[in-house]
Amino acid sequence: MSLRLFLHQLRSEQLLFWRSKEAALFIFLFPLLLFVLLGSVYSGRIYGVPAAQALLSGLIGYGCANTAFAGLAITLVVRRESAILKRLRATPLSASTYIAAMLTSTLIVFALQTVTLFVLGRVLYGTPFPTQIGSLILAVIVGAMVFAALGVATASLIRSAEGSSAVVNFILLPMAFLTGSFGPTRHYPAFLRAIGDVLPLKYFIDLMNAIYLRGHGIWTKPFALLVLALWGLGGLIVAVFKFRWEPREG
Amino acid sequence: MRAIEVRGLRKSYGTLEAVRGVDFEIQEGEVFGLLGPNGAGKTTIVEILEGYRKRDAGDVSVLGHDPERPGREFRERIGVVLQQSELWKNVTVREMHAMFAGYYEHSRDVDEVIALVGLESKRDARVKTLSGGQKRRLDLGIALVGDPDLVFLDEPTTGFDPAARRAAWDMIRSLRELGKTVLLTTHYLDEAEQLADRVAVMRDGVIVRVGTPRELTTTDLDVEIRYRREGEEVVVHTTEPTRVLHELTAEALARGEELERLEVRRPTLEDVYLTLTGDDEE
Repeated sequence: MSLRLFLHQLRSEQLLFWRSKEAALFIFLFPLLLFVLLGSVYSGRIYGVPAAQALLSGLIGYGCANTAFAGLAITLVVRRESAILKRLRATPLSASTYIAAMLTSTLIVFALQTVTLFVLGRVLYGTPFPTQIGSLILAVIVGAMVFAALGVATASLIRSAEGSSAVVNFILLPMAFLTGSFGPTRHYPAFLRAIGDVLPLKYFIDLMNAIYLRGHGIWTKPFALLVLALWGLGGLIVAVFKFRWEPREG
Repeated sequence: MRAIEVRGLRKSYGTLEAVRGVDFEIQEGEVFGLLGPNGAGKTTIVEILEGYRKRDAGDVSVLGHDPERPGREFRERIGVVLQQSELWKNVTVREMHAMFAGYYEHSRDVDEVIALVGLESKRDARVKTLSGGQKRRLDLGIALVGDPDLVFLDEPTTGFDPAARRAAWDMIRSLRELGKTVLLTTHYLDEAEQLADRVAVMRDGVIVRVGTPRELTTTDLDVEIRYRREGEEVVVHTTEPTRVLHELTAEALARGEELERLEVRRPTLEDVYLTLTGDDEE
């Protein structure tokens, strides 16, 4: 892997992301918009902290799944089916450099989104800035990688570009709802909570709640980290065996 | 020097034998055309040479490399125009060229390449605003921006209107002037005749004929002599047109008649092609 090619591709990925209005709107702005809306609806305290702070934590979770899982999956399917990936394979850009640049670009978008959420929360709802910065950065990286692995795996299983956005959102939105991205789940029926309990987003939000709401370090949540690692590994295995660079033959 | 050497190449997809034992070679600086109907195996061959597919059997050398193990050095030296591919819609023509130029150690000047493919007036236009023909020129531009020695063009003008085809032909001719080796596939005869130094005609996974367009049209088929006699059309096929014509005209002179609508026709590449590819109804 060459550093020059990696940086070149990273710049290209960033240009492509921000130049595409759909991506910038849906991937970057949508979680921010949801936070502003939900923050103005909920009041009082959730999990013993001001409602806006608890919502912010959940929406970082939604942002992570939205950016790394949904955004990456849709982008990869569209690029594969329009033969862009195939075309890139004929250039000296190696597969590993390409994937590394894609993941880093996704991480940059998610990190910017997280920072913007904290700033918006502070300005609009007076939420505090996080104190456990090191743990927060680690959690952001772990979350982005786990959901990116799941995004690549999902892209490998989707057959056509037309259906990709529908399939991905059909997974994303119920998952976000069931795992407390949009507010606490403690009043949900037991079977809905049971479904939420196996989904990776619940454990990422657990991490965020520990770090941001309670000021704990990331290592106080080993079980959440383990579940996330298992999901990430599962995604990676599917991705390695099922990922294709070329469109399905007509 | 040979840019490409292929011996005994075979490739099957399941039970379908797409390529059934193909041999050919392409010299450096040559424009070589693979001509044949859809499904003849042209794209399979090109994609094996580009490094996309593994072969089942045979020896293949492309610029001295085995394309089954396409390393960085190989990728630096080839340019690829796929039969079908789309590019990012929201970047400009110049940005797209710069993006691909960045993949190569020794890329060409981006503005020079844009001028070469005739997109100067669209330099700062977004890709989504380009016409089909302009997009194809963009495909060619990004295939050339790495300054490749060998360029693969898989049906570069399919779906073009006549004016766009002429423009594309001019660009492909300019590749020859740049000294590039070009492997072109097409199912248009006139395209092969206009552009290629040598043509291989393919049918059902084998090459049925290789030669210059002139060789293909002079050696293969009989010359056709047509005339009318008492209102009836007479067609004579012959390998000895001089003798036959002499006899015919001598007879006619002896009878004091005119050979009505006398016509002598050399076979066109189209006749050769239709005979070789078996699409003929005769």
